[in-house]
Amino acid sequence: MGNSQTTAAQEARIERSMRNDRIATGVLTAIVALVMAIVVSMVLYILAQGVGQLFQPGFLTEASRANGTEGGIAYQLFDSFYLLILTLIISLPISLGGAVFLVEYAPEGPITKIASTAIETLSSLPSIVVGMFGFLMFSVNFGWGYSLISGAIALTMFNIPILTRVIQQALEDVPSSQRDACLAMGLTRWETTLHVLIPAAMPAIVTGVVLSAGRVFGEAAALLFTSGMSSPARLNFLSLNFASPTCAWNIFRPGESLAVHIYKIYGEGSPEAQHIVWGTAALLMICVLLFNVLSRIAGKALARRMTAE
Amino acid sequence: MTTETDQFLKSVDSSERGPRVTGVAISDEVMLETKDVNVYYGDHHALHDTSLAFHKDEITALIGPSGCGKSTFLRSLNLMNREIKGCRVTGEILYDGHNINTKTENLYELRKSIGMVFQQPNPFHKSIRENITFAPKRHGVRDKAVLDQMVEESLRGAALWDEVKDKLDKSAFALSGGQQQRLCIARTLAMKPDVILFDEPCSALDPISTLAIEDLMLSLAKDRAIIIVTHNMEQASRVSNRTAFFYMGDMVEYGETEQIFQRPKDKRLNDYLTGMFS
Amino acid sequence: MAKQMPKRNLEKVGLSVTGACVALVTLVVVALIFMVAQRGISTFIKDGVNIAEFFFGTEWNLAVTNEATGLPYTGALPLIVTSFAVTILSTVIALPIAIGAAIYTVEIQPKFGQKVFQPLVELLTGIPSVVFGLIGFHVIVGAMRAIFNVDLGLGILPGSIVLACMILPTITTLSIDALRAVPQSYREGSLALGYTRWQTIWHVVLKSATPSLMTAVILGMTRAFGETLAVRMVIGGVEVMPTGVLESASTITTTLTTSMAVYATGSVQNDVLWSLGLILMGMSLIFIMIIHIIGAKGAKQRG
Repeated sequence: MGNSQTTAAQEARIERSMRNDRIATGVLTAIVALVMAIVVSMVLYILAQGVGQLFQPGFLTEASRANGTEGGIAYQLFDSFYLLILTLIISLPISLGGAVFLVEYAPEGPITKIASTAIETLSSLPSIVVGMFGFLMFSVNFGWGYSLISGAIALTMFNIPILTRVIQQALEDVPSSQRDACLAMGLTRWETTLHVLIPAAMPAIVTGVVLSAGRVFGEAAALLFTSGMSSPARLNFLSLNFASPTCAWNIFRPGESLAVHIYKIYGEGSPEAQHIVWGTAALLMICVLLFNVLSRIAGKALARRMTAE
Repeated sequence: MTTETDQFLKSVDSSERGPRVTGVAISDEVMLETKDVNVYYGDHHALHDTSLAFHKDEITALIGPSGCGKSTFLRSLNLMNREIKGCRVTGEILYDGHNINTKTENLYELRKSIGMVFQQPNPFHKSIRENITFAPKRHGVRDKAVLDQMVEESLRGAALWDEVKDKLDKSAFALSGGQQQRLCIARTLAMKPDVILFDEPCSALDPISTLAIEDLMLSLAKDRAIIIVTHNMEQASRVSNRTAFFYMGDMVEYGETEQIFQRPKDKRLNDYLTGMFS
Repeated sequence: MAKQMPKRNLEKVGLSVTGACVALVTLVVVALIFMVAQRGISTFIKDGVNIAEFFFGTEWNLAVTNEATGLPYTGALPLIVTSFAVTILSTVIALPIAIGAAIYTVEIQPKFGQKVFQPLVELLTGIPSVVFGLIGFHVIVGAMRAIFNVDLGLGILPGSIVLACMILPTITTLSIDALRAVPQSYREGSLALGYTRWQTIWHVVLKSATPSLMTAVILGMTRAFGETLAVRMVIGGVEVMPTGVLESASTITTTLTTSMAVYATGSVQNDVLWSLGLILMGMSLIFIMIIHIIGAKGAKQRG
């Protein structure tokens, strides 16, 4: 009698905990489904709203008119890529050097600690603060005004901590036996890094750089006060007079990225402006998705080439 | 022995191999010597007062249980411990008549003379040829004829030439584990070292490859001092002339290999040999 | 390198080149901190704005001069309160979802989680904040109007929802890493004692991953506190003390966006904005410090 009671109580408890387990699993599945639904619907919504605009004649090839509310977004598209390239030209060597220092040379002690704390601080600063600093330092103090170069440096500050961490991780993931082999043959760490470690880490570095490029491409807050909120009305791509304000390649002219363009005109009520906003957003999304896919493909292709022959 | 090994042994250039005497000392000429070497990792005192001499034409085996300090000691000999952050080596290491454990020692030149082969085969992600020429090129050898000759000599020296001579420009990663390890030895030979340090070179290899490497070591000992760290006591007794036994950071006993294995003096060594611990 | 350089010199070159990169970054960061601090503090020293008035005043209007002090209205409390409100509210929304998704990914469907769910969530990290803002402005604000029957639908609530979506990938990815780092033996031990999977997750896995999960949350909050444009697009941008979650308000960052370019460098108004920047910087330094403290504690516990 007593025995069967215990069994009954035990069974009830087991039954209860099994039920809890099932409920928990159900709730978690629902959460995951919700998150996936949000991501997918977001992407689809933007594309659905904007892809049509991309095929409007002139949207991708004409300059904008009436402060961005009419016309195309050709210059914004160009400026976005130009800013990205300038940013990578500045930030890539610095991040590479910084990462190599931290992985290979950094002596133990306060100097290294200060340096890595500085990079960490930079990574957590709001981009608006970086933008304010860039504005004061480059636009005002250096007298560069609203210019692509100010914007590129602000983006560099935003990009360096990301890149440094990615490259650092990639270098650390190269088996230490590769480093040992080089050093044991009387080579310097510098040669080891240049000729063995960086080539071996290249797939991971490329993946990381392209991914970070996607982030830079969509950044806007740091650009508002540095590269400005407008592109020149007319750009001359054939001009090589780099001092001319209409020369497309002049890094001291103002410029406006796609993301800034969206921010500038999102509140405009006219239907044409709204079409432009969604078209720009769709273009931005497509670029970011491309960067995402490209980073994986490039990394995998490089890795395959290295391990194969 | 299998036929495969027989074939391999035939392929080793017999003039380089020569008749080898193992188990007893065969030379008095010291090539490398340590005096009271101590190694610290931060606060941890990993190796105490170790004094040993390594002789030309001889193979010396360093044996002992894991964590006994034998690999730590080996890495001191070519100053590789300097590459580990927080690692400190004190005492004298005498090579070529002078102490190399000094701040002013040119360790890049030194490591050309004291080569090292590691536990895991670690070829570079390059072709077989480039694996061998990479370091010499960086040390200033530019002449293509010299480099080509170096590739052939080193590969012959490592008994790998016949197997890879037709695919020198293929990736080193296409080779088997044993071949990769012999390529790493060839790479070291290209630097024309006087001393070669082997850090458990066979622990990642199958038995046949292991025997191949052992035979190779015997052929390499001519005019060189070879030092091998090994877990495998049969290996130590097969290849070495002298043996040192390490235990808990101390060099406990050192002598001719036959004496160490057959008439150990220290109780700890006796226990280790009889399998009380490993 | 045409000529062969002595190895020792070559190593010195390597050390100096890479060291210079790190030194440059460090210098820029130090310059940034110094500059923001100097500007931000000069509001109180040079311009004579009362610190207490700045932190506790509830009236913010840079365009109008206060007759009593001769200075603009610089009470930043509404902005500070709004910033904290959106940060906390968005974390409250995102946290259960992120942890739940992380548990699912690590404990329930590892294969699906790694192959499908995680790349999808990471895609969210890459979506530009203006795009979040745009969707927030059109979809979420519209939904607010429809659901709560309000006129504008702008304010703290839509801001928090948008922010929650933005910090979700950060917290989720880091939580997944945290749960993966829990040794398998812990789970096996618990299951062997007869606990169900859910009990194991709740009592063993989550408990031992708590420090890392807290780090994940703090990093998410750091991002939320500093996020600018997405919030700007859905919060309304009216600098008054928030009275409800569906009233237009303005955070520190959104006020900076709208006012920074308006006032000349050196003016009181501009200096006050730098003081706001100083608050942002101070908060992110505090967040970093908290993460370090959690890390140090975790290290101590592991021994």
